[in-house]
Amino acid sequence: MKKPATVTLNHNPVLARALPAWRPRLVLMALLGGSLLLAGRALYLQGVKDDFLKAEGRSRYARTLEIPATRGRILDRNGDVLAVSTPVQSIWAIPADARLSPGQTRELASLLETDVQEINQRLDSNKGFVYLKRQISPGVAEKIATLNLPGIHQQTEYRRYYPGAAVTAHVVGFTGADDKGQEGIELAFQNSLAGKPGSHQVIKDRRGRVVEDVASLVPPENGGDVRLSLDSKIQYLAYSALNKAVQTYKAKAGGVVVLDARTGEVLALVNNPSYNPNNRESLSGAQLRNRALTDTYEPGSVMKPFIAALGLDRGKVRPATLIDTAPGRLTIGTATISDSHRHGVLSVTEVIQKSSNIGIAKIAFNFTPAEMWTYYDRLGFGHAPRLGFPGEAAGHMRPAKSWRPIEQATMSYGHGISVSLMQMATAYLALARNGDIAPISLTRLDEAPATGKVMFSAEVAKQVREMLELVTLPGGTATEAQVPGYRVGGKTGTAMKIEGGHYVKKYVASFVGIAPISNPRVIVAVMVDEPSGLKYYGGQVAAPVFSQIAGETLRALGVPPDAPLVPMQMARQQARQSRDDVRENM
Amino acid sequence: MLRLEAMLVTLVVLSALGAVAAHHQSRKLFAELEREQSRARQLEVEWGQLQLEQSTWAAHSRVEQVARDKLGLTQPAADHLMTAEVR
Repeated sequence: MKKPATVTLNHNPVLARALPAWRPRLVLMALLGGSLLLAGRALYLQGVKDDFLKAEGRSRYARTLEIPATRGRILDRNGDVLAVSTPVQSIWAIPADARLSPGQTRELASLLETDVQEINQRLDSNKGFVYLKRQISPGVAEKIATLNLPGIHQQTEYRRYYPGAAVTAHVVGFTGADDKGQEGIELAFQNSLAGKPGSHQVIKDRRGRVVEDVASLVPPENGGDVRLSLDSKIQYLAYSALNKAVQTYKAKAGGVVVLDARTGEVLALVNNPSYNPNNRESLSGAQLRNRALTDTYEPGSVMKPFIAALGLDRGKVRPATLIDTAPGRLTIGTATISDSHRHGVLSVTEVIQKSSNIGIAKIAFNFTPAEMWTYYDRLGFGHAPRLGFPGEAAGHMRPAKSWRPIEQATMSYGHGISVSLMQMATAYLALARNGDIAPISLTRLDEAPATGKVMFSAEVAKQVREMLELVTLPGGTATEAQVPGYRVGGKTGTAMKIEGGHYVKKYVASFVGIAPISNPRVIVAVMVDEPSGLKYYGGQVAAPVFSQIAGETLRALGVPPDAPLVPMQMARQQARQSRDDVRENM
Repeated sequence: MLRLEAMLVTLVVLSALGAVAAHHQSRKLFAELEREQSRARQLEVEWGQLQLEQSTWAAHSRVEQVARDKLGLTQPAADHLMTAEVR
């Protein structure tokens, strides 16, 4: 064996040169440094700042699901439901997955109450997602679920129902598509009605099935209920009475407000025309308007009792003070005011009973415009009632500085000033109570509020109430306001409307009354807009509505009658007799 | 020494098993809680629907219609009313 010769496989002359010793070391160090850097980074990511990778990992399998929260209910004062949300199902399909046999399609169609063709048509589309039917009842949805059809899915949605429909529509309002309040209480109490959706975390597998519940992150917070001051029975009585009146007198619109005189709570608030909030497909602006709160009108003579009360309270007149209203016309500056009938000399009581413009203007001239303005302002005219209701009207009252004497005169009988029906009803609280105005409330109060804003003394309130009762008795302007069994009082108003700055032959007939007079429980304010029949006076149109609503309301509230009628006296005797009989037999 | 180690290993294994069992238990209980909560929601939904149904049947307009048309009831006139006063 020969010693093998040195074989050089590589004849590259570059390699033949000896390398400097530092070069391989440098490469080695660079590689070592690089790997250390990587290891350090890996350690940093997994040990020190590990949130990012953890989150990424979790996102591969964990899902956060939303738990829907239900919207609170709206209840009346006795707990009757006025608005409630219930879940409904929407049926949707992935057309590519939905391979139904003709029998299955027929069954589905009959459950959805549509025809087979329509379903086939929808399933033929090349979209990834189609609705077959939205918002069906849970019962039907469950039946569809048990059919176990491929590619047919369900989705829970909430729908708001209003059992009161047109009767409570204007107060309760309604919600929009995303369950947010759009009108009425639904809008005013949006924050407390809306719930906060919760969420929980689950682990899902590759196919999206929930494998495991991990944690409840945020429990859902359901919306709170709102308890209104409305009494749904009185609301219904007022609604049907107003509805009938608007039809009978061929009126354009109307409104009624019923207040609890003891607490200032709103027992009923209705408007006509109304709408069904459950089906809002063909809604007009006129139907939507909550006239009692958002529309203003010239109240007319309904205003007069306040001027009488002011005169009595400041000692300028007494109920029996005589005022000369002859000859039924009074010229102030260049303008003339007149009464509809000539009355001659009237007492203050008769001025109210007969509704004399001249009489009340003469009482008003005892005061300066500033005094009258301050008084009206304190009664609540010219600024919104602050019920918290969207769109409350403030009405219009010009500053006292610009009042000319003729304007002060017309203002005393409710012309040249505009108010909402709610403002008028609220001001009458002062007459129904002991001269004070309690704050009005749309939500139920747990206890009656203390004395409100004092306008005049309790004695004056009582004196004016007696005048108001005379309005409904023979010789007054509103005998049709009488309620059998009860003593009632109130004031009529017939105001011409202004169009384009001129008075036109269109009227607003109104009546605001208190019942029963001996111990007031309710205030009923009625306004009928543009009665176009033969009758248009407040005493002819609005007073009968008042009579019906006040009578039914007092009976609904169980208020004992305060007007002695003959049959009742007999009943009392009979009751006493029968009790004596019982005693004798014992 | 060996016995001590064996004992420690046993303890560690037992504790690990215990942890697994506790975790399993907690998940089971959580699942049950979720089930009950969804049942509560279901019942709440049903309650809402029953309330809706009740208010529909008891709507004042319907009651009035039934009273007037089906039962033939009318509002008594004022002279047909009697008030008994008990003292």
